[in-house]
Amino acid sequence: MKANIVPLDFEKPLNTLSKQINELEQKSSLVNGNKKLLIDLKTEYEKAKADIYKNLSPFDRVKIARHPQRPYAIDYINHISPSFYELHGDRTGKDDNAIIGGLIEIDGQTIMVVATQKGRNIKENQKRNFGMPSPEGYRKALRLFQHAEKFNMPIITLIDTPGAYPGLEAEAHNQSQAIALNLRELAGLTVPVISIVYGEGGSGGALAIGVANRILMLENSVYSVISPEGCAAILWRTRDKASEAAKALKITAKDLYELGIADEVISEPTGGAHYNIEETCKNVLSSIKKHLDELNKLNAEELRKDRQEKFRKIGEYIQG
Amino acid sequence: MNYLNKGETMGLKDFFKNRQLKKAAKQQIEMPSIELKSIPSDETLCTLWTKCESCKQLLYTSELKKELSVCKHCDHHSRLTAMERIEQLVDYGSFIEIDYDVLPTDPLTFSDLKPYKNRLQDAEKSSSAREAIVTGIGSIDNQSVAIGSMEFQYIGGSMGSVVGEKITRLIEKAIEKRLPLILISSSGGARMHEGILSLMQMAKTSSALKELHDAGLLYISLLTEPTFGGVTASFAMLGDILVAEPKARIGFAGRRVIEETIRQKLPKDFQTAEYLLLNGQIDMVVHRKELKKVFSDLVRLHTQNEKKFFFNNDLVLDVKDTPLLAKV
Repeated sequence: MKANIVPLDFEKPLNTLSKQINELEQKSSLVNGNKKLLIDLKTEYEKAKADIYKNLSPFDRVKIARHPQRPYAIDYINHISPSFYELHGDRTGKDDNAIIGGLIEIDGQTIMVVATQKGRNIKENQKRNFGMPSPEGYRKALRLFQHAEKFNMPIITLIDTPGAYPGLEAEAHNQSQAIALNLRELAGLTVPVISIVYGEGGSGGALAIGVANRILMLENSVYSVISPEGCAAILWRTRDKASEAAKALKITAKDLYELGIADEVISEPTGGAHYNIEETCKNVLSSIKKHLDELNKLNAEELRKDRQEKFRKIGEYIQG
Repeated sequence: MNYLNKGETMGLKDFFKNRQLKKAAKQQIEMPSIELKSIPSDETLCTLWTKCESCKQLLYTSELKKELSVCKHCDHHSRLTAMERIEQLVDYGSFIEIDYDVLPTDPLTFSDLKPYKNRLQDAEKSSSAREAIVTGIGSIDNQSVAIGSMEFQYIGGSMGSVVGEKITRLIEKAIEKRLPLILISSSGGARMHEGILSLMQMAKTSSALKELHDAGLLYISLLTEPTFGGVTASFAMLGDILVAEPKARIGFAGRRVIEETIRQKLPKDFQTAEYLLLNGQIDMVVHRKELKKVFSDLVRLHTQNEKKFFFNNDLVLDVKDTPLLAKV
């Protein structure tokens, strides 16, 4: 276990073991007994590690998805593109920093990236509003989508948000309409759109930049109609049942893949993306390239149809 | 309905109804409120009398219905069922329901304190509706429209797969027949019990509306008490014209969630239709008694310039789609 990583509650046993191993290793001379102990501890560590990460509950994944050291949009952007020209503002009065967007390049193709961005500390989170966009953020996103459409650029959206911001000003500035309009306009675009959920896919706030030809999800990301805590508060009448709600809602990447909503699950290093950011970004990039190659072969009308058909199919009901 | 139009002269029946009403009202004033609850024939009383949720006055039910369920004392617009809505808006007997056989299932085998399957059964019993929306084709002053009306009594009018599918099919029908679309919303938002599938219905319906929009067809969205969450944040806010009923609460996040987030009390009129009008979010607030006329006018004003598609009455509908006679 990397020393600088904040362990999650279910990782605590691992953390204790790795501390013991470190202590033993630092002792200059090892007597035979200690050597054996060290080997035992190491086997135990590997076993515990395999056990813990194999049996992660949906709510454990929520915790990984929310891990404060998990890579954010800017980390991915910096790793997958040599340059990033950030574009700002909704052109009607505000630049919402919970949403970032701009131009990147992949294999010589210009791409518009639009993403939600959280902050790493209090000051950053004041600026980023904990990754909860306001209507102005969604309007900025829409402006960038239209910009991409005009210049025939594929769009990549990176999603990690607890949801659209539920505030007084957000309501007064029509949060609902900002989201709804994005859903409608994304559906009509004639350029490739790829969405990658890399952390929390928080309901409508995530979907507002997520109506895509391909929805990719990182292994430990989640995507849900409501947060497990919110769902538990309403249906179980207590937030303490969040773990059960997380299970019932079927929110993990694997669940969404099985439900036919996610098109691919991008694998993460053992323990989660934050254990090896380079490796994660490499996986993300190769996945992007694969899907971009496929989508680049479609013409404008096919791209629009492909996206609409993807969503047209979703839903389960009986007839007759 | 004919009875309604008679208007000025008061019939003998009405005279006695009024007398009974006055007598009862007088009794109510004299009676302490605790005793009210213990009146024996509660059920019969409930069907005869309705208490206004706003001013708590007792109203004679049949009279209230004639007033389109608007309280004559305080003008409170009480909640309507999906079918009542349609009956109030379309021409008598013109409504033909479609896709009534699209029914819910339990894709996630979801269970909280109660299994979703049971909730569905309970909802059907308590609301006497089969899902949270009724869709179909009807006419308003002889102008054909595709119309969908949400049923709040059915799991809070929440949008799951069936609601999403029926709305999408209605939009597709409207595009095919080149009809104006009217959707009447009353919903708490996306249905949690169908998880991510519910969320995706927002994208599905909005995507269909993109086609309708590009086809140059009119879409009027009527927002009624209450419309929230995933419904507001998708099809309900995408109307070319947005109309709301007086005092209807409309918003994205619920009041309590916002108060908890920003840790301050919200103004009393926050998220009401009037507040939305002031903030430039909707086109008009219309009294229920004016709705039919306003809708009729709006449809006419938006279609008369395009006469070749006007009066599209030669609808080809499936044999199984038989007209529903409006219950008056």
